[in-house]
Amino acid sequence: MERPAWAPPGIDISVPSVSRMYDFYLGGSHNFEVDREAARKAMEFLPGLPKIMQANRAFMRRAVRYAADNDVTQFLDIGSGIPTFGNVHEVARAADPAARVVYVDHDPVAVAHSRAVLDGVDGTGVVAADLRRPADILHSAEVRELLDFDRPVALLLIAVLHFLEDADRPYEAVAELLDALAPGSLLVLTHASYEGIPVDAERASGTVDVYRSTRSPLVMRTAEEIGRFFEGVETVEPGLVPMPHWRPDSPAEEEDPYAFSGYAGVGRKA
Amino acid sequence: MKVPSQPSGSAGETDGPEDRLRRFVTIWGRAIFPVTATSLTRAEFEGHLLPLARLLCDALLARPFDTAPAQRAGAGLVDAHCTDPDALGRSLGVVDSYLVLYCGRDDGLGGEDLRARCARLQHAMATGYAQALRERTRAEQESIARSALAARSAAEIALHATESRFRAVFDGAAIGIGIADLDGRVLEVNNTLTRMFGGVEGHVRGSNISEWVHPEDGPHVWRLYDELVRGEREQYRVEKPYYRGDGTVLWTNLTVSLLRDAEGEPQYQLALMEDVTERRLLHLRLRYEATHDALTGLPNRTLFFERLEKAVTAGPNGEKGRFGLCYLDLDGFKAINDSLGHSVGDRLLVEVADRLQSCATGPGEMVARLGGDEFVALTTRTDGERDVAGLADRILAALSGPIGIDGRELTVRGSLGVVEGPAGERTPAEVLRSADITMYRAKSAGGNRFELADPEADARAITRHGLTTALPTALERGEFFIEYQPLVHLDDGSVHGAEALVRWSHPQHGVLGPDRFIPLAEDTGLIVPLGRWVLQEAVRQARSWQLENPRTGGAGPLRVNVNLSPTQLHHPRLVADTVDVLERAGLDPGALCLEVTESALIGADEDLLKPLRQLAEMGVDIALDDFGTGYSNLANLRRLPVSVLKLDRSFTRGMQQHPVDPVDLKIVEGIVSLAHSLELAVTVEGVETAAQAARLREIGCDTAQGWYYARPGAPDRIHSLVLADAV
Repeated sequence: MERPAWAPPGIDISVPSVSRMYDFYLGGSHNFEVDREAARKAMEFLPGLPKIMQANRAFMRRAVRYAADNDVTQFLDIGSGIPTFGNVHEVARAADPAARVVYVDHDPVAVAHSRAVLDGVDGTGVVAADLRRPADILHSAEVRELLDFDRPVALLLIAVLHFLEDADRPYEAVAELLDALAPGSLLVLTHASYEGIPVDAERASGTVDVYRSTRSPLVMRTAEEIGRFFEGVETVEPGLVPMPHWRPDSPAEEEDPYAFSGYAGVGRKA
Repeated sequence: MKVPSQPSGSAGETDGPEDRLRRFVTIWGRAIFPVTATSLTRAEFEGHLLPLARLLCDALLARPFDTAPAQRAGAGLVDAHCTDPDALGRSLGVVDSYLVLYCGRDDGLGGEDLRARCARLQHAMATGYAQALRERTRAEQESIARSALAARSAAEIALHATESRFRAVFDGAAIGIGIADLDGRVLEVNNTLTRMFGGVEGHVRGSNISEWVHPEDGPHVWRLYDELVRGEREQYRVEKPYYRGDGTVLWTNLTVSLLRDAEGEPQYQLALMEDVTERRLLHLRLRYEATHDALTGLPNRTLFFERLEKAVTAGPNGEKGRFGLCYLDLDGFKAINDSLGHSVGDRLLVEVADRLQSCATGPGEMVARLGGDEFVALTTRTDGERDVAGLADRILAALSGPIGIDGRELTVRGSLGVVEGPAGERTPAEVLRSADITMYRAKSAGGNRFELADPEADARAITRHGLTTALPTALERGEFFIEYQPLVHLDDGSVHGAEALVRWSHPQHGVLGPDRFIPLAEDTGLIVPLGRWVLQEAVRQARSWQLENPRTGGAGPLRVNVNLSPTQLHHPRLVADTVDVLERAGLDPGALCLEVTESALIGADEDLLKPLRQLAEMGVDIALDDFGTGYSNLANLRRLPVSVLKLDRSFTRGMQQHPVDPVDLKIVEGIVSLAHSLELAVTVEGVETAAQAARLREIGCDTAQGWYYARPGAPDRIHSLVLADAV
């Protein structure tokens, strides 16, 4: 049975959490043994997982700067996870001190931690909501208070859409969110894919199996499938590409081979 | 690690201490960047390393020598998010190999000294790094644990709120809520449910659901229950009665759902009960009222049709029972009502109802009142006509005893139509119609009897019935029209006038002749308005002929013959209506001839003849139609106000033969002679040949009609015939 909207999810730290695993990959200690165990198991199949996460973070950083350079200084970061160094608001505010950022996650621990970290940081807010219910996000007090929907917003979906199964209607969710945003808004996303992973798909699927034990199974999609998220918006140069190829700061040859796993792209709403 | 080649030259412009420091940073950054998770670019990352390198460099040369800055450099690595211990190992390797090389200056310290210092700085750096990493790990562990705790307490608060809300819903719900385990033990009930069961909580909580059997439980109720507790069903919904503590019955709409635990194992059953006792009672009462006759208390038409529907429908597996139906209509009930009043009539009906009910008391039998004095007895306990005939006999017998009302002994008789047959062949409406028709047969056979249904009699009656019911609307819709058959003077063949013959253009059956519907119109009384319409039309038509052909001389104006039925003859407004019609049309009475059948005038007394006499005195011709078919009381002719005899076509038929039947000839001669002596004109019908016409002319008949001259047709045909005459 589906959980009613008003009933909070149980806090079960005996189940691995993808946001705490992500923190582990990034060298943080905001995690528990169960998270580390799952992450280590996933790394048995893909030892370069941390490099994939790092590439995600680096892309996000470049994309946030791109947004700020294009006068988009409102950010809606869905699937923000455990705050770690190089957060969106840090990057955004380095470019424009007036930038506003709303972080959204459905993991109650990630939300509680975000609230603790962002306590007293003006212009930022945290929402406990699920990407599967875009209306909950759009109508939340924090979003209404902090974001001006008459002006463009950068919608960040970094490493989150691949946790939505097709039955969760991810395309409809993205469309519904974009629909609420003003022209000129940006869709910034990265997505896991078997394409580009420097090991064979069979081996990579071991990682997928590990994620099955979390509450957020991993759904690999092809470039074509990921491209469909940009329906209705225009992708900006260089389109949907492996993460290190998106407007790089440094030569791609310096990158770890794992960094090319999955895709990144930015679209602009006309 | 390999030592890069010694930088060329010494203390050149491009090789100052700052440049050397930057080169050291570049080497350091390249060594540890791959083991960091930073999202910074290499250049940005090196920007973080530069102050650390400066600390190390300064400490290497400082006097007095102090290792504390190296500790801070180690901690700085952690601050730059180099949390992978490999970053320390690689950093120490870089310091060991390059610090002295890039930062050492020959200002008093010997190479040995520098190497010793560098070693000690590495120790301090490792210490600083380890301390910082330990602090950071502790802090992060603590903060995530605190967040988990915060999230959990938020969830608990929410859960508590949820539970409070649930409790409020549970306690305040208008429906009864109960939770039981899978063995049926009731664990928890809300106040509403307790109240529904009579207010004693102990009666409900702690008892077992299996004790709550009620005799009126449908067979499926407990089957559904078993399926649910076995986990084969998630939910069911039934209407179920319970005994309350005081023995009264509680009726509920019951919804039971299976509650499973997190692993999906069945755990509890949740019952939601709505008290529908009142509603049910009301429903039953309304249902009773809707299905019973208020006067007699018998089932009414509605309930009867429900049962009849069931009785005449084959079972779900095609099994065919039989059914029997007795349709009773009291004889002469209207007279009782009219003479003794409705109150007596009603009491009579109540007594009849009681007697009827005593005749059909078994299961599968029912008596119902359809309305007025019509009752039915329906039975499914029959093996054939004999059984239902027996029931009809019992009914007649039950009615035979006199009924005492207000000291008056009333005798009741009834006519019964009996239908018996197998289910699955006829619709309820067909069965009831058959019973109705059959009842009328019993009634027309004199009443106080029953008749058995007969398909052929039904078929006849059904057509008759259909036409009868269609008659009134047919007049409204203008489905009748009139054809005219010319009447011709036999002596010169000129057109004398025409007989108006009414036709019915029936939407289904086509054009019907008067023999098909005039008797029905007679029975229903519709003959009066229909007859008046025919008279109006014919008179109007005659007048319009006259206006179109103002004939003068011997032929005189065109005339029209219109038939009068017996009922019209008796109608009190016959004379007034006729005068009115003539005056409105402006037709001379002498141009109208009313035809009356001989049989209608048999035994006619002066009262009946008076209107005819009045009409005759006004100048209207009265013709005696179909003369020779009835009793043909010649003596009677004298006192009738008749001016024309119409000889029936049976006489002329005899003259079609060759040779002509001499006896027929003599008779016609005699009648014509007699008529003429009484100053009656003679018209013959059915003239079909020239020979017939010649012979009738010889005999002395005055006028004739028949196919020889013209068939009945539209009014303009008469017009053209008249024109032909004139030529």
